[in-house]
Amino acid sequence: MRKHTLAVIVENRPGVLTRVTTLFRRRGYNIESLAVGETENPSISRITIVVMGDEKILEQVTKQLYKLVDVIKIVDITDKRSVERELVMVKVRADVNVRAEIVQIVDIFRARIVDIGKTSLIIEVTGDSAKIDAIVESLKPFGIIELVRTGIVAMVRGEIK
Amino acid sequence: MQLKGAEILLRCLQDEGVDTVFGYPGGAVLPIYDALFESSIRHILGRHEQGVAHAADGYARATGKVGVCIATSGPGATNLVTGIATANMDSIPLVCFTGQVGTPFIGRDAFQEADITGITMPITKHNYVVERTEDVARTVKEAFYIASTNRPGPVVVDLPKDVMERSIDYKPEEVEVNLRGYRVMKGYNSGQVISAVELIKTAKRPVIYAGGGVISSNAAAELRELALKRKIPVTTTLMGMGAFPGNNYLNLGMLGMHGTRYANYAIGESDLLIAVGVRFDDRVTGNIATFAPHARVIHIDIDAAEIGKNVDVDVPIVGQVKEVLQGINQRLDEVTEYWEWHQTIDRWKEEYPLRYGNSCEGRIMPQNVIEKIYDLTRGNAIITTEVGQNQMWAAQYYKFEHPRTFLTSGGLGTMGYGLPAAIGAKIGRPDLPVIDIAGDGSIQMNIQELATAVQYQLPVIVCILNNQFLGMVRQWQGLFYGGRYSYTDMSYQPDFVKLAEAFGAIGLRVSREEELNQALEQALQVTDRPVVLDILVEREADVYPMVPPGGSLSHMLGGDEI
Ligand SMILES: Cc1ncc(C[n+]2csc(CCOP(=O)(O)OP(=O)(O)O)c2C)c(N)n1
Ligand SMILES: [Mg+2]
Repeated sequence: MRKHTLAVIVENRPGVLTRVTTLFRRRGYNIESLAVGETENPSISRITIVVMGDEKILEQVTKQLYKLVDVIKIVDITDKRSVERELVMVKVRADVNVRAEIVQIVDIFRARIVDIGKTSLIIEVTGDSAKIDAIVESLKPFGIIELVRTGIVAMVRGEIK
Repeated sequence: MQLKGAEILLRCLQDEGVDTVFGYPGGAVLPIYDALFESSIRHILGRHEQGVAHAADGYARATGKVGVCIATSGPGATNLVTGIATANMDSIPLVCFTGQVGTPFIGRDAFQEADITGITMPITKHNYVVERTEDVARTVKEAFYIASTNRPGPVVVDLPKDVMERSIDYKPEEVEVNLRGYRVMKGYNSGQVISAVELIKTAKRPVIYAGGGVISSNAAAELRELALKRKIPVTTTLMGMGAFPGNNYLNLGMLGMHGTRYANYAIGESDLLIAVGVRFDDRVTGNIATFAPHARVIHIDIDAAEIGKNVDVDVPIVGQVKEVLQGINQRLDEVTEYWEWHQTIDRWKEEYPLRYGNSCEGRIMPQNVIEKIYDLTRGNAIITTEVGQNQMWAAQYYKFEHPRTFLTSGGLGTMGYGLPAAIGAKIGRPDLPVIDIAGDGSIQMNIQELATAVQYQLPVIVCILNNQFLGMVRQWQGLFYGGRYSYTDMSYQPDFVKLAEAFGAIGLRVSREEELNQALEQALQVTDRPVVLDILVEREADVYPMVPPGGSLSHMLGGDEI
């Protein structure tokens, strides 16, 4: 069992996302993360799905997805040279006496503070899963009030030569 | 040319070669019905939308064409659902048009609004809501294309009322299919075909395991060629009945839960399984871990997702069954081999034939009814079934000679399928006798369709194997729940003869074996109306042999002794 990242290229039509998620639910596959948006071509959307499973499950997921009429193409970018990013916002408890410490963490992870409240800060961070997990872990001791993740998006790197 | 959406719809249907549709009107489809009023398309008026869907399905299975049905929005559309799911499980090409409230009302819980595309998403091959009259023609074209190509299946097209009412300037030459995500499979991997041929050449105990894919791909001739060339025994699934002639000595009959012992034993001993147009369903394989334990597997199917879904395969071949079999046949020469294998199988056939005992109650044995029907029709009839024991006995005891002559709800197991499917089949194939082998429980689920058969003077024959039980469920209660027949006794039932007569059909009661032949002959003579035979059969006869659920094919219950 391991994580696979699939880029699913679909028609940008109403209901397509439902078709894809219904398929996962019906066949009992688990979605770890899902992000969707329009591509450079407005008639095409790209769904990035992270799914847990062995090779067999992944093969079934891919074949079943291909059967959806609105699915144009699927790329498994797990083993490709790719860039993976996720954006997370964390609202963290931040009394005056710990703010400096939090700011330090934010600097280390090259995150940003996007809101300052009386007793809390909102921190925005972009990165791959490892980085996100690490900063969230570091912020936990202060008390996380709210957390939201966009889901992973990924892209295969360009040719070097 | 200025045309209303509904008029464009009918033109497009004609362009698709549709001459018959099955339907039931209502408010949201009034524009379509208004256009049908003057159309040359024949509309068959059912009595319940479930019946309408099954009739379209029966028509499709019997003819190989796409079945078309129409229902109104809301309850009309939801009534179609069981019929759509039935067709989906058995990969039957249907295009179902549903009415919808006008586009300004969608999403407002308007009168008779139901989200039928949402409801049918998991039970269709694809579905559409047509939002603009400009999209009607393209959508119809795509719907037929999707329903009928690759692995066939049902497509729902939801048509809001205003989209059907509005007139536009229709230019048929400008209609284009736009399906980037859907390609029709052509050809196959010839390397894989060569590997398959090599396996076939070196096998000692090969078995062909053929299913509905052979029939939907119109590949019965190619399958016969392969089997006869090498003298390979053939077993078929419930859906594959008729894919290989029932009387051929190579035919082992059905495999699986209620298959013949010799078919299941052959699977158990086989060293090469040639799986053609099948999906290794649990009713076929039993315990998957012990299924065909010694066999290498060649799996031919149009649907790549079926390959490796349930079992590991040595040689997968994705393609049209017909084309792939042609490819294999071209590369195989004729030889009579497997002499020892045939001897083993012959011994099983002798030792474990399908058999049944005598009645304990002096009643007719249900298996005997099927044998009689076979004697009188010899494979030159279309047999539909309901679900339960009636269905299994039909599959076991009728020898199907031709594809598209056995219509049964295999995947979903829908009680109430048989009568409406028989109606659709009779409309598609008026040249053949059409017989629904029914149970007393199932027939009550769509009995209203007798009115349809009477209205259109369709001489379909309904043979109710009346055991006054939900027999198959009772059988399981007997075997696995200590004989506690919880709510399966159906002895409170209508007088089926009078009921038939009330509908304007002919009703005959058959309570003694001596009457059976004559009643069947009489029914086969009728040309202008349906006939219902209420055949009182042994109440507690069981279907044997049987692989208990989850058991292995080599351990069957019953049928070994009388
Ligand atoms: C719509 C539907 N409801 C329930 C079932 C479960 N079921 C399977 S077989 C069966 C009994 C059918 O009884 P009958 O039609 O009399 O056939 P028999 O088995 O007695 O031949 C039932 C209730 C089903 N298959 N379909
Ligand atoms: Mg019964």
